[in-house]
Amino acid sequence: MLELKQISKTFGTHAAVRSVDFKLEKGEVLGFLGPNGAGKSTTMRIVAGVIEPDRGDVLIAGHSIITHRRDAQRRLGYLPEGAPLYPDMTPREFLRYLCSAYRVPRKDCQQAIDRVIADARIAEVMDRRIATLSKGYRRRVGLAGAILHDPDVLVLDEPTDGLDPIQKQAVRALIARLAKTKAILISTHTLEEVPAMCTRAIIIDRGAIVADGTPADLAAQSPGGLEETFLTLAGREDEEAA
Amino acid sequence: MTSWLRDSLTGLTASYGREIRAYFATPLAYVFIAIFLMLVGVFTWEASRFFDTGLADLQPFFYWHPWLFMIFLPALSMRLWADEAAYGTSELLLSQPVSLTGLAAGKLLAAWSVAVLALVLTLPMWLTVNYLGSPDNAAILLSYLISVLMAGAYLSIGAAMSALVNSQVLAYIAGVVVAFLFTAAGWPMFLGGVSDLFGPGAGDLVAQFSFLTHFETAERGILELRSLLYFAGVTALWLSLNTIWVSSKRSAAR
Repeated sequence: MLELKQISKTFGTHAAVRSVDFKLEKGEVLGFLGPNGAGKSTTMRIVAGVIEPDRGDVLIAGHSIITHRRDAQRRLGYLPEGAPLYPDMTPREFLRYLCSAYRVPRKDCQQAIDRVIADARIAEVMDRRIATLSKGYRRRVGLAGAILHDPDVLVLDEPTDGLDPIQKQAVRALIARLAKTKAILISTHTLEEVPAMCTRAIIIDRGAIVADGTPADLAAQSPGGLEETFLTLAGREDEEAA
Repeated sequence: MTSWLRDSLTGLTASYGREIRAYFATPLAYVFIAIFLMLVGVFTWEASRFFDTGLADLQPFFYWHPWLFMIFLPALSMRLWADEAAYGTSELLLSQPVSLTGLAAGKLLAAWSVAVLALVLTLPMWLTVNYLGSPDNAAILLSYLISVLMAGAYLSIGAAMSALVNSQVLAYIAGVVVAFLFTAAGWPMFLGGVSDLFGPGAGDLVAQFSFLTHFETAERGILELRSLLYFAGVTALWLSLNTIWVSSKRSAAR
């Protein structure tokens, strides 16, 4: 469903992503873990077609993000880091705007909006300006926008960041429900939610993959569990600095 | 190719709808139109002494259009791309399955619509001169048409600057400066200097690249194909630059 083929990206002299390569099938929820600046967001932006890789390719449902960018993007739902939105719009206006950008037919648009209102639980804020919404609601409106056109692949950059425990629980439940029909790539730095949310985890450090397996496998690699594995594999930078 | 066209049209309609909403959901369009109308009035009546000329025409009104556009239209276009950068929504735009040309065209058309609305609201002046005397209505209609085209050309400069610099204030300043170059190139004072330095041929050549030169032909009631082509060409050129500068963000090392 989603295939990253040896993608690399360098900003100036800084190699942000180095030959990242993995495949993701329908039904999988992949937790993308790594310290800040490890290249998680850059990889996700490349998958979403926001920036082009220097080398490599991404296939979304078989469509190349390089040679058939718009066909690939049509099958992708993307929640960027920080869930950026237009503050002057209401969630309803924003979702209608996305309908027109993703060419959701007018008669299906209302149905799709009703579906994502229920999924993201944003019914009570639909007609308030986004500028006045709390961080948690904004993130959920962004999530609603990402799933509006019912994409095959979902790329969510820190979808639970800034949510309270109840909202986090709701988002996890939603992701579990969506996972049946989609391939989902999620970045997070909250390690505790990985076993609950993800069927597979990849740890990335300094632009390269250092571990790939089920959360249980990764946890079994160290006596201290997933957190210790993460610290051993990705925490070297701090040790060197110390 | 047909899929590109279709995706461009999708981008155009989506971004046009979004931008028109943004102009009228905030006070921007209303403030712009009100101040534009006020200043057009002040310049026509006070600076050009409309009543003292004793002529029933709109020459004193159209005379100020290029200069007012130069100052005001960059204020309308400065937010088009700079806002997307400030909100972070350029991430969303670039992840949408639409062509950048369509997006840029939709944004330009939305700003253009606001400018055209402001021009439509000056129509009472046209009615007034018809009440006062019998003006050359064909020349006035032509001036209005070219004025609309010229507004599009000024806006395309401002929109491209907004895509280039990612900040509203800088986009405004850069927009005014580039617009000034395209305007002043036809200014007699400037042309005199160029002719003195490089000979009269150089002066004529520079004048051909000015909005003023092509607008003045229309004011005299002469419809010249090359003026139409000139404004369409300038708009297309800056729209292309706009698209290129946005697409460079996709490959840029940022």
